[in-house]
Amino acid sequence: MTLHSHTPKNQDSSTKHVSRAAHFKMLDVILKRHQYRQDALIEILHQVQDLFGYLETDLLRYIAQCLRLPLSRVYGVATFYHLFSLAPRGTHRCVVCTGTACYVKGAAALLTTVEQFAHIHAGETTPDHCLSVSTTRCPGTCGLAPIVVFDDQVCGYQTPNSVRDRLKPLLKQT
Amino acid sequence: MAVKTLIIDDQLISALEEETLLQAAQAAGIHIPTLCYLEGISEVGACRLCLVEIAGSSKLHPACVTKVAEGMSVRTQSDRLQKYRRLIIEMLFAEGNHICAVCVANGHCELQQLAMDLGMDHVTLEYQFPNRLVDLSHDRFGMDHNRCVLCTRCIRVCDELEGAHIWDMAGRGTRSQVITDLNQPWGTSPTCTSCGKCVAACPTGAIFHQGSTVGEMVHERTRIEFIVNARQNHQWQF
Repeated sequence: MTLHSHTPKNQDSSTKHVSRAAHFKMLDVILKRHQYRQDALIEILHQVQDLFGYLETDLLRYIAQCLRLPLSRVYGVATFYHLFSLAPRGTHRCVVCTGTACYVKGAAALLTTVEQFAHIHAGETTPDHCLSVSTTRCPGTCGLAPIVVFDDQVCGYQTPNSVRDRLKPLLKQT
Repeated sequence: MAVKTLIIDDQLISALEEETLLQAAQAAGIHIPTLCYLEGISEVGACRLCLVEIAGSSKLHPACVTKVAEGMSVRTQSDRLQKYRRLIIEMLFAEGNHICAVCVANGHCELQQLAMDLGMDHVTLEYQFPNRLVDLSHDRFGMDHNRCVLCTRCIRVCDELEGAHIWDMAGRGTRSQVITDLNQPWGTSPTCTSCGKCVAACPTGAIFHQGSTVGEMVHERTRIEFIVNARQNHQWQF
């Protein structure tokens, strides 16, 4: 499992062609592949999020029923990990690293720039579902600090100006 | 069943092999403060109030999850432990919105009692005043997250004694909170049996009987003791 297994572009094009019913069939395949094992919950949630883009409440209820787990347990696990999202995410993602190295190199200024430019706070998605902004603690490329990840592409040595230039096309596309 | 002998606070004690330090101390009449521990349900060692010093170990050990061992020498009271315990209680007070004067559990609250026992006359930490909600959607009970100390007693009592597991912990860090089912209003929960064990298990006024006013909320621990006794020992004492 890679850190950025969720690829919005591919996922977006697939949701247009694959119906919801087909997605649920694939969900059943995932559950069957894990033999409905209760201890495979996290792995199943990962794959279901990759499939649907986010974990909506009905999906959590369905998974809980199939695995015979309490509803609250499934919800608790899904909200504990940052990588799981319970709300739809934007077509594009902008992740600002606020780890130690990036922070020292001015990540706070980058985050403020992104938030002001997109008019949303970290952890939110623009109303037109164009862009999601979030923060992370060190993807492990401190040599390039400060970094910002745009749609799974790690960009190093960022400045407020370069971030603005990167964001412009992302916000325009829809 | 092997018997172990150990020393707790200069007192020679014999305890069964499977007993914890807390059980051995309680049996000998030695008081160790606890908050997340509730007799009859599993121990999680979360609140860290029962930390004790064990000779030969630089670490502090939670008495509720540490098993007795032969020749153990344990101290349950010291200046260091007192300082840590008081700090833990101060952190709990600063973390939530605990206002005893308007609380249903005023006078019957374990958090309040611990603060008094530890001589907490003021809180040296900055109050966080988190924005937390109150859920009054259930017919008979209410949940005030402002008074919750996240001891997880309600979660364990519902899971282990009632078997419904409607409660669980969601989120992480300062956003952690106890939830019902899919974080929905308690009254809409399809799994809650309204048995009231969580109400009886709650150490503070977080889960309460609706209609009770300041100081009226008394936790019926005897109900939990009765069920535990009936379940585990097959004895129906009432």
